[in-house]
Amino acid sequence: MSENDFILQAAGVYKSYKMGVAEVCVLKGIDLAVKRSEFLAIVGASGSGKSTLLHILGSLDKPDKGAVKFEGRELSRHSGRELNLFRNKTVGFVFQFYHLLDELNVLENVYLPAMVSKGIVGWLGSRKQAKKRAEELLAELGLSERAGHKPYELSGGERQRVAIGRALMNEPKVLLADEPTGNLDSATGNGILKVLEKLNKTGQTIVMVTHDERIAQRASRVIMLADGKIVNK
Amino acid sequence: MHEIILAVRYLLRRHITYFAVLAVTLCVFIVAVVMTVMTGLVDEFKQKNHNFVGDCVIGTESLVGFPYYEDFVKILGGCDYVEAVSPIIKSYALISQTGVETGRNEGVEIMGIEPGKHGKVTGFSGTLSYNKDDVSKAFKPVYDPNLAGFVAGVELGRRLGIQGGYGTAGTRVLAVSCFPLTAKGTLARAGTDLVNTKTFYYSDTSQSGLVYVDGSMIYLPFEQAQLLCGMSEPVKRANWLYIKFRPGVKFITGCEKVSLLWRDFVKERSNQTQADLLDKVTVQNWKDYRRAFIAPVEKEQVMMTVMFGLVGITTVFIIFVVFYMIIGHKSKDIGVLKSIGVSNMSVMRLFCGFAFLIGLLSSCVGLFGGWLFLLEINKIEGWLFKHFGFQLWDRTIYAIGDIPNRMGFGVAAIIALSAIIVCLAGAFLPSRQAAKLNPVETLRVSQI
Repeated sequence: MSENDFILQAAGVYKSYKMGVAEVCVLKGIDLAVKRSEFLAIVGASGSGKSTLLHILGSLDKPDKGAVKFEGRELSRHSGRELNLFRNKTVGFVFQFYHLLDELNVLENVYLPAMVSKGIVGWLGSRKQAKKRAEELLAELGLSERAGHKPYELSGGERQRVAIGRALMNEPKVLLADEPTGNLDSATGNGILKVLEKLNKTGQTIVMVTHDERIAQRASRVIMLADGKIVNK
Repeated sequence: MHEIILAVRYLLRRHITYFAVLAVTLCVFIVAVVMTVMTGLVDEFKQKNHNFVGDCVIGTESLVGFPYYEDFVKILGGCDYVEAVSPIIKSYALISQTGVETGRNEGVEIMGIEPGKHGKVTGFSGTLSYNKDDVSKAFKPVYDPNLAGFVAGVELGRRLGIQGGYGTAGTRVLAVSCFPLTAKGTLARAGTDLVNTKTFYYSDTSQSGLVYVDGSMIYLPFEQAQLLCGMSEPVKRANWLYIKFRPGVKFITGCEKVSLLWRDFVKERSNQTQADLLDKVTVQNWKDYRRAFIAPVEKEQVMMTVMFGLVGITTVFIIFVVFYMIIGHKSKDIGVLKSIGVSNMSVMRLFCGFAFLIGLLSSCVGLFGGWLFLLEINKIEGWLFKHFGFQLWDRTIYAIGDIPNRMGFGVAAIIALSAIIVCLAGAFLPSRQAAKLNPVETLRVSQI
């Protein structure tokens, strides 16, 4: 398998945090490669470092040591502006607690990533197109009726679907989902997993972090993280 | 674009913002009202002083005065930039009311003027009660125009009991006594008959709006005053020349020209009798001449501005605290925004834009409220006076009519700009802190 087949690679990634006076090493040399169109699940107990790894893969955080490559190019070589663009266009985050903006309605939350990458003039020019794309996404996610609602008016499952819509707005190459079902009941969680599976079938690369091995089994590949290391692949 | 939308939404939907808006609005309101009133009072006071002396003043504080003033008036009369000149005798006198049993004496300031000329140079005619339309009649008592009249400052007149009633002399007759001085400054009559006394009859009242002038000044006919002060011979002297320039001539430029003319005039007269008196004469513009009166008022205005500067600093702290709280609440949003590619600078722009909107909204509301309040301020004061006897400025002490209530565009613009700057200053550090927030930490804390 050539390096071109991997969209995202991590090599020797270390990360530690300071907790008071003590320094806690969360990741201890992670080597990982994600293939294009793969649905990868990272499983681990709470505090095993799986969310930290996901943040590093999405350039939301930086490793202390080691390298993360996206399509062969090291993220550490990107400028701040390029990293912002990377987070805006290339990856999409889905968080356990949805993290929608309460001041915006559902439709606005979905097209927010399209808005942030444009200036006033650029946005005025592309607004219609972005709105159309957001409406299409909401239709696919079964939320057309909820477009004008505020996030706090929605159920947990609906909020998470809005968060998925937001993550997909700019057609990212990789979707990074951090415990996407962690805050939902099993039926609703199952619905979210179906959405992710459906997306993966259309070729969307997905990296999902979960502590629940049963949920992880829905992915095409599962890796386990324990004590800051990958213990099986 | 998202910065504008989110800033507007934060402004409308975060209730804590209302405290910031309220605080800044109140400050803007208070500053707008006080500055308008204060600026109005100061401008009015300056205008009254300007009206009192004209544009330029030549003279000396010495009671002896200076000679050859008539020649210089002629020279000035030939200058195309001079509209009119009024020679002035200024001195002190004792007055006593004849026919009044109390036999009260009072020290006053006397000002000898030629009413026709003086009316052209200053706003004197407008200050008169009865001869506004024909200032030349200012010293002609209506009951006998042949008598020597006097014009009393309105407050002095009130003290002497000569206000009201115009048709008869009655008790409104004053004996004015002066100590005539020689050109060398000694008493002109060093003997038993030290004092010059002359009787004058009430002819009018002047209300200049200047407390000191209205409370201690009587105006006399120029020649009579000159005689009283011993300045009519052997060489006629005057204390001051008040000058008005033609429209369009800046008073500073005009004064510089007059100053040059005066220098040449003094040189020409250097060998003549009493020429030494000319050396003490100064040429000043009206502001410098009235500096002693204007400066304290201007200082008061500066003090007020400094005080409001301190209010502004307090507002900076209010905004700082409010923004600190808002950003504490919005740290999750900041993490989310950064996760979708928003830059640190954009986060800073978002919160600075938010502060700008608070400043803009507060300025508009505060200025509008201030404008409405000022519009009704005189009615409000009238109502308070009618029902509670309360006046913001006791009119028996302060020579003002209505409270100035015209908010100048410049003042409003400065206040609005200051409010916006204050909001931006208060929000700067919290915004910078927001921009520097680590998205991973904010999202993790939000999850907890």
